[in-house]
Amino acid sequence: MWKKHANFERHSLWMIIGIVIVVSIGGLVEISPLFYLESTIEKVEGVRPYTPLELEGRDIYVREGCYVCHSQMIRPLRDEVERYGHYSLAAESMYDHPFQWGSKRTGPDLARVGGKYSDGWHRDHLTDPRSVVPESVMPPYAFLRDKDLDYRDMQAKLTAMTRVGVPYTQDQIDHAVDDLEAQADPFDSRATALKKRYGAKIAQRDFDGDPGRLTEMDALIAYLQMLGGLVDFRTYHAESPENQR
Amino acid sequence: MTQISIRQDEGAPLDAVLLYIFTGVGAFAALLAAAFTQDPLFRFHAYVFLAAFVMGAAGMTAGVAYGRFKPDPGRYSDGVIRAGVIATMFWAVVAMLVGVVIAAQLSWPNLLYFPEAGWLNFGRLRPLHTSGVIFAFGGNALIATSFWVVQRTCRARLAGGVAPWFVFWGYQLFIVLAATGYLAGITQSKEYAEPEWYVDLWLAVVWVAYLLVFLGTIWKRKEPHIYVANWFYLAFIITIAILHIVNNMALPVGLLNHRSYSVYAGVQDALVQWWYGHNAVGFFLTAGFLGMMYYFVPKRAERPVYSYRLSIVHFWSLIFIYIWAGPHHLHYTALPQWTQTLGATFSIMLWMPSWGGMINGLMTLSGAWDKLRTDPVIRMMVVALAFYGMSTFEGPLMSLREVNALSHYTDWTIGHVHSGALGWVGFISFGAVYCMVPWLWKKDRLYSNQLVEWHFWIATTGILLYIAAMWVSGIMEGLMWREYTPQGFLANSFVETVAAKHIENIIRTLGGLMYLSGAVIMSYNLWRTVRMPGHEAQPQGASSLPAFVAAE
Repeated sequence: MWKKHANFERHSLWMIIGIVIVVSIGGLVEISPLFYLESTIEKVEGVRPYTPLELEGRDIYVREGCYVCHSQMIRPLRDEVERYGHYSLAAESMYDHPFQWGSKRTGPDLARVGGKYSDGWHRDHLTDPRSVVPESVMPPYAFLRDKDLDYRDMQAKLTAMTRVGVPYTQDQIDHAVDDLEAQADPFDSRATALKKRYGAKIAQRDFDGDPGRLTEMDALIAYLQMLGGLVDFRTYHAESPENQR
Repeated sequence: MTQISIRQDEGAPLDAVLLYIFTGVGAFAALLAAAFTQDPLFRFHAYVFLAAFVMGAAGMTAGVAYGRFKPDPGRYSDGVIRAGVIATMFWAVVAMLVGVVIAAQLSWPNLLYFPEAGWLNFGRLRPLHTSGVIFAFGGNALIATSFWVVQRTCRARLAGGVAPWFVFWGYQLFIVLAATGYLAGITQSKEYAEPEWYVDLWLAVVWVAYLLVFLGTIWKRKEPHIYVANWFYLAFIITIAILHIVNNMALPVGLLNHRSYSVYAGVQDALVQWWYGHNAVGFFLTAGFLGMMYYFVPKRAERPVYSYRLSIVHFWSLIFIYIWAGPHHLHYTALPQWTQTLGATFSIMLWMPSWGGMINGLMTLSGAWDKLRTDPVIRMMVVALAFYGMSTFEGPLMSLREVNALSHYTDWTIGHVHSGALGWVGFISFGAVYCMVPWLWKKDRLYSNQLVEWHFWIATTGILLYIAAMWVSGIMEGLMWREYTPQGFLANSFVETVAAKHIENIIRTLGGLMYLSGAVIMSYNLWRTVRMPGHEAQPQGASSLPAFVAAE
C-alpha cells in the first residue's frame, strides 16, 4: 500500500489533484448547504436594508476597525441574554455585507446597543471614552465630529448592495442622497418620503448635536442607534418547527 | 516605455522584457486611475501602485542595461532568497513592534491614544499587526524557505527566470498596500483578509506566479521523488489560493472606488470567513511551516526524518481534516448547530494529525538529542515543535462547545493564537533563518552563538509571560461575565472586567517586548554574520538533500 503513494510523489499532477480534492470536501459539505437550506435564516418580521445614512455609518464602523474589539452576536447563554438582550438571530444580519459578528470582546457586544444610550452619550463617549467610562481602554474618535461625511458615491453603494442581493428598490436608489440628508435633519421636508421608503420606525434627527453640519459622527451614531432594534420579537417563535436549526 | 525596452533588450531574456513592459503598462494604468478617481483613498493607493511600478521599471532598466537577467542554469538562484531573508527580518521587527504598541495602548490608553490621529487607533493598528506578522513576516519566511527547499530537494534552479523576483517584489507591494490601507482606513473587515478588492486581485496574480515558479521547479527536478517538505509547501500554496479567492469574492462599489461589498451576507459570510480564517491558520501557519520543519530540522540535526509512513498519514489527514474545523469559531452563534457540531468534531480529530507532525519532527532528533545542549538553533526549532504540540492540543480543547462558551470573545483566544504564532511559527522561522543565513552568504558559522542563546531565552520567557497572562485574564473575564450574585443578578458590569485585566495587559506588553527584543538581537547577529569575512568553499549545493529514509 505504501508503494502506491509513490504515484503522488513522482507525479506532481497527481499530487495537485489529490490536494485539491482533499481540501475541497470539508468546505463543500459545510458551506454550500447554508445557501439552499431554508432553515438557515429564521422567518421574522421587521428586518430591512440599512438607510443610506446608516449604511455610511456602518462603513465608518468597518473603516475604524470597531469589529476588532466589539462583537455583534449575542449567544443564547443566560448571562449574555441578561446583559445584552435577546440572542442574535441569523435574520438580523441577512443584509450585512460583510457580517460584523466579530470574534473578540475587548469592549462589550453591540448587537443591541441601539437605543441603550442617548445620542449625547455616544457623542461624548466617541469623542473621549474615558470622560464617561473612566476605566475604558477604547480609542478616542473625536476626529469624526470634524469630518464632513463624504456621500458622493451613495447611489453607487446602494446599487452595489442590490447586486449582491440586498433588496433596495429603484426608488430607494434614486433618492439615496435625499434620504441620507433628510435623516440627519429633524426639520427636513423630505422626511415623509424617507419614512415611506424605510418605515416609520427609523430615527430621524440631528445625531451629533451639530445641526449645521452632516459629519461622520452623525452617520456612525445613526448606525449604532439602530443596531438590534429591527426585529419584531412578537413574530419570532423559537419553538416553532421552522426555527429549529 | 515599450520603445525603450525594445531598444535596450538586446540579449535580455524574454521574461525580463515582458516584466519590463508590464511595469511600464502598470505605471501608466496607475497614473490614469489616480487621475480619474473621485475617491481620495483610492487615489492614495493608485499613487502607491504608481510609485511601485516606476521603481520597478527603473530597476528593470538598470537590470536590463547591465545584463543582470541572464540566467545561469548551472547554479541555484539564491539572490531572491537573500532578499527574502532580509524582508523576513525587517517585517518581523516592524510587525512585532506594532504588536507591542497596541498591547501598550490597552495597558495605558491615556498615554498612547491621540484624539485627532485616527490612524494610530487600536482598530487601525491591530490589522496592521496581525497581517504584518502572518503575511509579511510569515509569508516572506515561507516564500524564502520554499525557494531554498524546492531548489535543493529537486536539484534544480528556480523556474521562470525573472519570475521569482516578480513574486518577491509583488508580494512586498501587496504588504505595503495592505499596511498603508489599514492605516488609511481601507479595509473590508474580514479578519486576516482585510485588504480591499484591488489588493486582493494583485495578491491573486502574485500568488499564481508563486505557484507556477514552485511547480515549474518541481517539474524540472532531477530527483525522482517529490520530497515531503514540498508536499506541505504545495498544499499551502494551492489551498491558500482557493481560500483567498473564495473568501474575498466581493463587488466593488465602482471601478475607481476602494470600497467593495462581500457577495456573501450574514451567516453565510460568517462561515466563509471562518472557513478561510481557520485555514489561514491551517495552511499558511501550519502546513507551510511544517514544510519548513521537514527540511530544516533533519538538516540541522543531520538525522533522517523519523518516519516516512507517519509523514504520509499525517500529511493527508491534516489537510483533509483542517478544512472542516472553521465553524468552531462560531459556537453558539446564529450559525446552524449542525455546522457547529461538525466543526467541533473535526477539530477534536485534528489533534492526531497535528501531533503526528510534532512527533515526526521531535523523533527526527533520535540519536542527536545531545545537540540541544550545544546548538541553540536546533533547540529553538525543538521548542517550536513543543509549542506546536501544545497549541494544537489547546485548540481542540477550546473548540468544545462547553469550553468555548467560556473562552470565546476573551483573551484566552489571543493567548492561544500567540502560543502558536510566537512559539511555533516564530521559532521555526527563526531557526530556518539562522540555518540559511550562513549558507546564503557563504559563511561557515553564525557571528555569535551566544547571541542566539540570548535570543532563545529572552524570547521563550517572553512567550511564557504572554500566554500565562492571557490565560489568567481570559479565564478571569470569562468567569466574571457569567458571575451571578446570590440574589441572581449579574455580578459585574462589563467595564469592571476591563479594569480587572490591567495587570495582565502590562505583563503581556512586557512579554511582547521581550519577544521583539529577541528579534532585534537576531537581526544584529545576522547582520554581523553577513559582514564576517567569507569562506568560499561550501559543502552546500547538490548534496544538501536530507536523507529521506525512515529510521524505523
